[in-house]
Amino acid sequence: MIETASLLMTMPELLLTGAGLILLMVATFGGDNSARLVGWLAVAALAVAGWSLCGLPSTGGEAFDGLYRADAFGAFAKVLIYVAAAVSIVIAPRFFATGNSGIGGAIRAEYPVLIIFATVGMGLMVSAGDMLTLYVGLELNSLAAYVLASFMRQDGRSAEAGLKYFVLGALASGILLYGISLLYGFTGSTSYTGIATAMADGLSNGELFGLVFVLAALAFKISAVPFHMWTPDVYEGAPTPVTAFFASAPKVAAMGLLVRVSMEAMGSALTSWQQIVIFVALASILFGAVAAIGQSNIKRLLAYSSINNVGFALVGLAAGTAEGVAAVMSYLAIYVVMTLGSFLCVLQMRDADGNPVEDIASLAGLSQSRKGLAAAFAIFMFSLAGIPPLMGFWAKFLVFDAAVAAGLTGLAVFGIAASVIGAFYYLKIIKTIYFDEPAGEYAPAGSTLESALIAVSAAIIVLGYLLNPLLDATSKAAAAAL
Amino acid sequence: MIQLFAFYLFACVMVAAGALTIFARNPVHSVLWLIVAFFNAAGLMVLVGAEFIAMLLVIVYVGAVAVLFLFVVMMLNIDFAELRAGFVSYLPFGMLIALVLLAEILLGVGIWQAGPVELAGRAAPVPTDMHNIEAIGALLYTRYIFLFEAAGIILLVAMIGAIVLTHRARSGVRGQNIAQQNRRNPKDAVVNVNQPVGQGVEL
Repeated sequence: MIETASLLMTMPELLLTGAGLILLMVATFGGDNSARLVGWLAVAALAVAGWSLCGLPSTGGEAFDGLYRADAFGAFAKVLIYVAAAVSIVIAPRFFATGNSGIGGAIRAEYPVLIIFATVGMGLMVSAGDMLTLYVGLELNSLAAYVLASFMRQDGRSAEAGLKYFVLGALASGILLYGISLLYGFTGSTSYTGIATAMADGLSNGELFGLVFVLAALAFKISAVPFHMWTPDVYEGAPTPVTAFFASAPKVAAMGLLVRVSMEAMGSALTSWQQIVIFVALASILFGAVAAIGQSNIKRLLAYSSINNVGFALVGLAAGTAEGVAAVMSYLAIYVVMTLGSFLCVLQMRDADGNPVEDIASLAGLSQSRKGLAAAFAIFMFSLAGIPPLMGFWAKFLVFDAAVAAGLTGLAVFGIAASVIGAFYYLKIIKTIYFDEPAGEYAPAGSTLESALIAVSAAIIVLGYLLNPLLDATSKAAAAAL
Repeated sequence: MIQLFAFYLFACVMVAAGALTIFARNPVHSVLWLIVAFFNAAGLMVLVGAEFIAMLLVIVYVGAVAVLFLFVVMMLNIDFAELRAGFVSYLPFGMLIALVLLAEILLGVGIWQAGPVELAGRAAPVPTDMHNIEAIGALLYTRYIFLFEAAGIILLVAMIGAIVLTHRARSGVRGQNIAQQNRRNPKDAVVNVNQPVGQGVEL
């Protein structure tokens, strides 16, 4: 029997699913002219779903016999996901409408609907209390993401991105399912608590294999290093608003999922997965930093930057403590703001005819033509590099602090050293903007909405320390819920 | 005893069919061997008392997936004249496979009457008071209803995705406008002409 309490606890997902279905109807009968209306209604639905998080969905506990976990951890991740999804919806119409040399045409009304359904999937991912919920949520999110990646279907690069993402994503799903089947076979349960109970009395070989397969598949989803190959191609090919979405919301969801699976289901096998996470973290930090140096496309560069950042977030998880989890959640919150800000700046990169450009070289002399944009770009790049007064530094400080507290000093030292390598390419962009000879003219800022969003993100990055007590309290509460 | 015999029969034929799927030179034969393998897998499922999965295997895999494979294989460039030339010489062989399948179906039905094979290790007790189709339904629509509905949304997203990626409004296509059709007046469409004999029609 379905209990009312279960339905109330899953309220955000139910609301969003309902909104998605209704908006699909609006999109069908309204045609593509209704795209903007559908977009704003979708943002309203996300706001309502976010509002519904206060109350039972963040405190309720287990719903549907433990399939779904309604706690502060899930609520924290969902707030980040909803914000990122709303921003990706809001910035889309202008990108699709103008200056794609006839490739994109106007935005189609299915875009916000697909993002809403992807968001439902991500909500399931971070609130999963069972391997089945995990898998269903992941598939729902991935399937919508494949379509979004190739949304500009007339554009060869976009189609290529979608196909690559689909083929590799299907492979990762297969690996994940195989891992889950091994875990189910050797522990006799698919629920996190059941797996944790079975693992508590020593880890059998079969369980170890299952754990490795599950971690490998999740590493693919967060694009951590041995499984990162798809990231630069997909990020470069996908339409920029979609790339902004990929770099923010699904990253948070997959990271939240990974943290919950590691801490809740496999908490007793800490030493087994810790070495995997440490390796993945180190490899991601180093590779993300080194491979980004040679890039000339800003979206590719930001893809490597996201690989690098995932490595830093994993340092917090490697600690395996509540402080580590809190640090990961804080890192993700700050990372989402920095990434969305950077991509908003990338959206502003348009030549004099209004066509989007993605060359880093074209940024030269931006400080003279667009002073505000140049300053915002510089703030986000400094913050991503982890330069002290900005929030990016605080995020890195928290994860390294947690790692040192857990006795992983070597990992922290290596991470800090590698972040210096990473700083090089961020600073190179700032150098291009401020000190290079002006290249071509840029179009003036076309949208007050985008400018306002950039200003808000930059303000959070600069003045974020004022929000620190809030971030601190919520991330601690989230970590305590696991 | 007879269950054991049936198990080895199904298992051996299935493994052999699986191997032949890979080794067959002709892709059409590969698909046919695959169908044989599916039928035997269904037989194995009947043996352990999982009639629902057995039916699912036949309906979904043989009925849908294998036929789909067959279509894809036929899209490949295969010389069908050459294939048809060998029809008579392949006939005994084909009859043999058909006979094997028929015998297996009869055996499977017979075994089902005799009761399932007792497996050594079972993670969960098997409910004795209901059929396994009923048991699956009872689980799927109560405990896992949330995921069942979510899976439905996944299928919906797949459908939206297919339409988004392939549908395009073509110019020059005459769509049906039902309102216009209903509004149409016979007086505008039909003209009665008193046609004199021996003259051409003026249109």
